Amino acid sequence: MTATPWTVKGATGDWEIVVGLEVHAQVTANSKLFSGAATTFGAEPNSQVSLVDAAMPGMLPVLNGECVRQAVRTGLALGAHIHKWSRFDRKNYFYADLPQGYQISQLYHPIVGEGELPIETEAGEKAVIGIERIHLEQDAGKSVHDLHPTMSYVDLNRSGCALMEIVSKPDIRSPAQAGAYVAALRQLLRYVGSCDGNMDEGSMRADVNVSVRRPGAEFGTRTETKNVNSVRFIMATVEIEAKRQVEVIEAGGTIVQETRLFDPSSFTTRSMRSKEDAHDYRYFPDPDLLPVEFDDAFVADCLASLPELPLAKRARYETALGLTPYLANVLMAEKETAAYFETLLAACATAQGRPEADVARAAANWVSGDLFGALKRLGKPIEASPISPQAGAELLTLSADGTLSGPLAKQVFEAMLETGEGAAAIVEARGLKQVSDTGAIDAAIAAIFAANADKLAQYKAGKEALFGFFVGQTMKAMAGKANPAVVNDRLKAMLAG
Amino acid sequence: MMLTDLTIAGMKRGLAARDFSATELATAHLSAMEQARGLNAFIVETPEIATAQAAAADAALARGNAGPLAGIPIGIKDLFCTESVQTTAGSKILQGFIPQYESTVSGKLLGAGAVMLGKLNMDEFAMGSSNETSAYGRVISPWKARNSNRELVPGGSSGGSAAAVAARLVAGATGTDTGGSIRQPASFVGISGIKPTYGRCSRWGVVAFASSLDQAGPMARSVEDCALLLTSMCGYDARDSTSLDVPVPDFAAGLTGDLRGKTIGVPKEYRLDGMDATIAALWEQGLAWLRDAGARTVEVSLPHTRYALPAYYIIAPAEASSNLARYDGVRYGLRVTPPGGNLADMYSATRAAGFGPEVKRRIMIGTYVLSAGFYDAYYTQAQRVRTLIARDFELAFEKCDLLLTPTAPSAAFAFGDKADPLAMYLNDVFTVPSSLAGLPAMSVPAGLSPDGLPLGLQIIGRPLDEAGVLDAGLAIERAAGFTARP
Repeated sequence: MTATPWTVKGATGDWEIVVGLEVHAQVTANSKLFSGAATTFGAEPNSQVSLVDAAMPGMLPVLNGECVRQAVRTGLALGAHIHKWSRFDRKNYFYADLPQGYQISQLYHPIVGEGELPIETEAGEKAVIGIERIHLEQDAGKSVHDLHPTMSYVDLNRSGCALMEIVSKPDIRSPAQAGAYVAALRQLLRYVGSCDGNMDEGSMRADVNVSVRRPGAEFGTRTETKNVNSVRFIMATVEIEAKRQVEVIEAGGTIVQETRLFDPSSFTTRSMRSKEDAHDYRYFPDPDLLPVEFDDAFVADCLASLPELPLAKRARYETALGLTPYLANVLMAEKETAAYFETLLAACATAQGRPEADVARAAANWVSGDLFGALKRLGKPIEASPISPQAGAELLTLSADGTLSGPLAKQVFEAMLETGEGAAAIVEARGLKQVSDTGAIDAAIAAIFAANADKLAQYKAGKEALFGFFVGQTMKAMAGKANPAVVNDRLKAMLAG
Repeated sequence: MMLTDLTIAGMKRGLAARDFSATELATAHLSAMEQARGLNAFIVETPEIATAQAAAADAALARGNAGPLAGIPIGIKDLFCTESVQTTAGSKILQGFIPQYESTVSGKLLGAGAVMLGKLNMDEFAMGSSNETSAYGRVISPWKARNSNRELVPGGSSGGSAAAVAARLVAGATGTDTGGSIRQPASFVGISGIKPTYGRCSRWGVVAFASSLDQAGPMARSVEDCALLLTSMCGYDARDSTSLDVPVPDFAAGLTGDLRGKTIGVPKEYRLDGMDATIAALWEQGLAWLRDAGARTVEVSLPHTRYALPAYYIIAPAEASSNLARYDGVRYGLRVTPPGGNLADMYSATRAAGFGPEVKRRIMIGTYVLSAGFYDAYYTQAQRVRTLIARDFELAFEKCDLLLTPTAPSAAFAFGDKADPLAMYLNDVFTVPSSLAGLPAMSVPAGLSPDGLPLGLQIIGRPLDEAGVLDAGLAIERAAGFTARP
């Protein structure tokens, strides 16, 4: 669907916005981009620093092949052009947490070229955002300024960690699209396994480029807001910065090309440095490193290693499994959920001897309903679920074969959470099997009719709303174990009789 | 004959025959070092290490499992990081820096049994051709011109290495060569030195000057000694991405000096206007010697030679300006913190105090040529020139196997004689082109100037043809019969 373009309503009319994002994603790898040091988040300061990371004299970078593989896999997942020849450049600037005095990056010859990412906003608006390039680069260390009145502390654990800088084309036109783009990218990276997507640990952060223009006019001057680290903040930055620019222009001012910072406490952006103070990074090819070259076979291996990607998975859930778009989306949103669901589905199909498509609805409903509810209560992610997919399949199979009614299944589920025991064992031990035996049910109904002769008379006189009362009484008398369908059938028959 | 006069090959024979011990060799050299402190060849002397290593060498020799260089006393240029021994690169900014690691090359030499006598003085960060830029005082050549008492430069940047080898303070030494820093000082003090093919020796643990040019190599008093040291210094190192993964021959065992079937090229562009007549004559003499050894000589053309120096003095400073950014006072080395200053003030004060004028000059040149708006005009253009120069050599090597040229345009000069940096840079005119092309090249002493100072000839070979270069070097060494000593 084509939505009405998002605009800033200025005093002098409508303004369109043009947004491009540079997302820095930390590459999932056991060691850094150019050294063997570990990359675990949250380690003691300066405990994961090699001689190379600390830029000791005479130390040399050696490229970590796993980071190259992850960048190529990511590029392939974005349908991007893979450059079989790329090269590293040095970006020179001085800072205390940049030990070499330069960052090794890829300005002139990035490893991945143009690609695209389809997105869908929460309102259902679809768009395709172009990818300009992906390049590999080193992260800097971390400066801590608030531990000492006159000195700063430097932690080099992050120094040299591999980042992918994923640069979008200026195709984004609203805060919602910006949010959807980052969410879709994060989902894709997590599916591919090239970045853990933990934005609160800094594994993903974005530089947000925003400009405004009259609808259809040339691009305006852009500002770049650095290091915004959540989807919400990125959307806020786009909106705040667009409105600020409109205000400046409408007040007769001009937008200067500058670097800005987002302040999450006040939801404003402020200037960090203008173009005049911009660093001259003096990029040049790093003479310590050879160009990165690989062949088609390497690319083919990377492609073969990709899992089913989000869009394909969602389509399969809808078409092959017959799930509603809503359920399909819920189940594929996080790759861990999808993995759980698919294991559960396979186990159900095997246990019940039915095709997956036949058991998918029940499994999907149970995961998105009972299981999600329980996990939310317990504050646990699905990969730490106390009920394994196999245990879930056992429960669902008992429901499917009529052993458990809906209410009984919920009872068994709660017991599984409490005890960690299997569904069949709980059913056996607690005698929770559903009763479908019409003799027992008829007897219970007869006893209720006898005890409630007045109500029976009223029903027969036309007060049919009392049907529910008889159902409730029967179920109660049967301690909830009666098969509700059988109860319904028998009640109808006996009331008519 | 004194022990310190022996060649490495001679020492090996003597040690094997038990004519003397490694400890005696070390003692003799340590005592010579004491006598010659006036040359200022060492920044740090390491007698305790030398004594211990010599004892270990004696034990290994007695057991019969000694390495190929067991007991050979050597000096290590202060550009090589040495574990637990101060490494300064001749700069004040690294004063007191003690590495926790051993460079690959020095580690290989020590692993082969060599005995380290100390760290050799050098031009600051290897930037210089006279050893006048060292923060630890200039190195004085052991040579004097006939009828003159003026102190002469030993050349640079491996000037401490050159002076120590020539003065018999060490049997051999490591050097590094970025644009001639092994070959020019070897020529100035009458010894041999070889810069192998770029990538033969690992750069890991060698303080970087210009990464795409820096290459370690040996300096010694004979071609055979250079071959012995080179064999131990070379080899693939996974820690250096530019290291070459190729087999290392036993260079000494392969030496013949036989040049039959070889063609020696004479690059006509190296015949500079106003070339020193003695050097021109020596060059002709060298060609005659090579013909005597069986070679054919032929004139070749290296048409882009005159652009080599300008290209070199763009590329090397560009890389240096970036390589030296790590000396910022934050993690090691000198730190100067002006009262009330911020981080930028600390950088400025530290680097202003820590770097000498030549290093600052090159950082500024390098920063300038890489800056926005100038990058293409300087750096990109220089890289194009570099490609053309490498192509020149490739074409020349279709017509010949080796090239013979002078090593330097003059004999050693006196301190202060080349105060103009440009005049100093011209010293590299014959050595820089082969550095830009990454080719193996060596200097061998061939004769004396009219006032009795050594002059070297340079042999340049195809990539990885160190063996060919050494053979031609040996032929010249034999024919020249260079016996002059300081």
